Amino acid sequence: MKLKFLLIFFLPAILWITFSGTVSRAKKITLLNLSYDPTRELYEEFNNAFAKHWKNQTGEDVTIYQSHGGSGKQARTIIDGLEADVVTLALAYDIDAIAERAGLLDQNWQSLLPNNSCPYTSTIVFLVRKGNPKNIRDWDDLAKPGIQIITPNPKISGGARWNYLAAWGVALHKWDRDEQKAMSFLKTIFKNVPVLDSGARGAATTFIERKIGDVLITWENEAYLAVNKLAGDQFEIIVPSLSILAEPPVALVKRNADQHGTRRMAEEYLKYLYSEEGQIIAARHYFRPQSESVAQRYADQFQPVKLFTIKDVFGSWKKAQRTHFSDGGTFDQIYEN
Amino acid sequence: MSQSRQEPTIIRRILITIALWYIGFFLVLPLMIVFASALHQGVGVYLSSLHDPMTLAAIRLTLLTAVVAVPLNLFFGIAASWAIVKFDFRGKNLLLTLIDLPLSVSPVISGLIYVLLFGAHGAWGPWLKAHGIQIIFTPAAIILTTLFVTFPLVARELIPMMKTLGNDEEEAAITLGAGGFKTFWYVTLPNIKWGLLYGVLLCNARAMGEFGAVSVVSGHIRGLTNTLPLHIEILYNEYQFTAAFAAASLLVFLALVTLVAKSLIELKFKAEQMPLLKGK
Repeated sequence: MKLKFLLIFFLPAILWITFSGTVSRAKKITLLNLSYDPTRELYEEFNNAFAKHWKNQTGEDVTIYQSHGGSGKQARTIIDGLEADVVTLALAYDIDAIAERAGLLDQNWQSLLPNNSCPYTSTIVFLVRKGNPKNIRDWDDLAKPGIQIITPNPKISGGARWNYLAAWGVALHKWDRDEQKAMSFLKTIFKNVPVLDSGARGAATTFIERKIGDVLITWENEAYLAVNKLAGDQFEIIVPSLSILAEPPVALVKRNADQHGTRRMAEEYLKYLYSEEGQIIAARHYFRPQSESVAQRYADQFQPVKLFTIKDVFGSWKKAQRTHFSDGGTFDQIYEN
Repeated sequence: MSQSRQEPTIIRRILITIALWYIGFFLVLPLMIVFASALHQGVGVYLSSLHDPMTLAAIRLTLLTAVVAVPLNLFFGIAASWAIVKFDFRGKNLLLTLIDLPLSVSPVISGLIYVLLFGAHGAWGPWLKAHGIQIIFTPAAIILTTLFVTFPLVARELIPMMKTLGNDEEEAAITLGAGGFKTFWYVTLPNIKWGLLYGVLLCNARAMGEFGAVSVVSGHIRGLTNTLPLHIEILYNEYQFTAAFAAASLLVFLALVTLVAKSLIELKFKAEQMPLLKGK
């Protein structure tokens, strides 16, 4: 009968598929890095470099798995039980949330590594279409009527929160810390936003591939990636006169790494981000390195910008999160009206 | 079929043209674009982008999911429709409604159900963790969610079919001394086999193509928990458009094969039913 024939044909296939995966997995040492959207290319290269480094040091083969997504969503995934060994997210608040809600790492995590646990930094810039047809030079130009701005949703995207706080900080600077004026400035900007994507990458695809909007507010590294790896002749990067110092932190997820017995390797993984090779890889992917010497080598790649930090303007990420992105916060007030 | 309708020819032609344009524009054109984008850098690039280890891992997980989910739901589908059609019992309507549930629930909810059950703070999560079992964000969760989503597809095909067939032949078999299993194997199964195959095809297509529910429970770990549909989105977001469309073309190809198989089954089924109908 045909059915029997099918079974005979499929049974070996079933067994092969099922077991080929499990057998090969058992022997390997693995590490899981949960990261945010724009670091895909960075960690692809860094993971290879680290695997070689670890092999040289210990003789062990290591496979590093990656997961990427909106920073807030990734934090949520860990809290729900994804057993990542290290997190490399877009902002400190998301790692705070993991520490607070799931207790998987200690509250003082940010003091455990140099530079507030940020091996690289970035900033927020504008990407415009070739020739800058709408003549967008600085933040003020975003509030002009008739301009379409692409930025993701700050409720779920880390990049979007940096964008939002950058605009807010610029407004406070401009109007001498007048919150009301900052609020109405942001309101005019968000009137110009036709869609809110869920992550930095989604917003970039909207702007680049679907060709919607006149300006994309985005990470410096995302803007460079778009210009250098994709259709570079179609876009221009505009660096505003003032922007925010974006500090994407990294951390060991202590409980998970201990449970997997990967703590030593995970710690070395994070430390290696600060090594010369790690810093060069970061710079090559347009993240601003912390190391002075590497920064100098790549000096012509990073235009000097006046930068303010979250601490300068908002006190801390927790405060910024509460005032601006919690339910009923300034973003809700702006977007509802 | 051939007798003329009341509508004038011109109206018929206009309607047919509109329908064809509509199908061409909304169905055929997008499908063509998938293949065109996949192949626009040449066959070599197409093949090598399919040969990427991450893509292969995604294909393997997708196959594994279908290979586990389809037989289980095949078994369940037969059992459920057998129970519902051949026997009368209390709560039969409730069972019918429950079978339909996965079809009426949004895929996101289907995924979240499993996060709420197996997540670290879910109902069974802490117990599982204490026993060293990890389900959520592993292939196991993907298979479970797929099982849930494709749950009704076989049963929904079989129930109406078995109802029309009635119980006469089975009753005859049992009076002649056949046991339950024998009756099923020699009487019921041959009668329902085309409907069954059709249900299996639908089930398989959905198992391989499901995005929403699987996305919620996957964790998106490359090479471990990305199915083909999830992998396509990742490739697209990485600006690897050729690779994304190459992977997408696999799914589209699968859909086309399913469609052809479905039409063949319908043809065969009609051919087998013809003598029966004429006899009546």
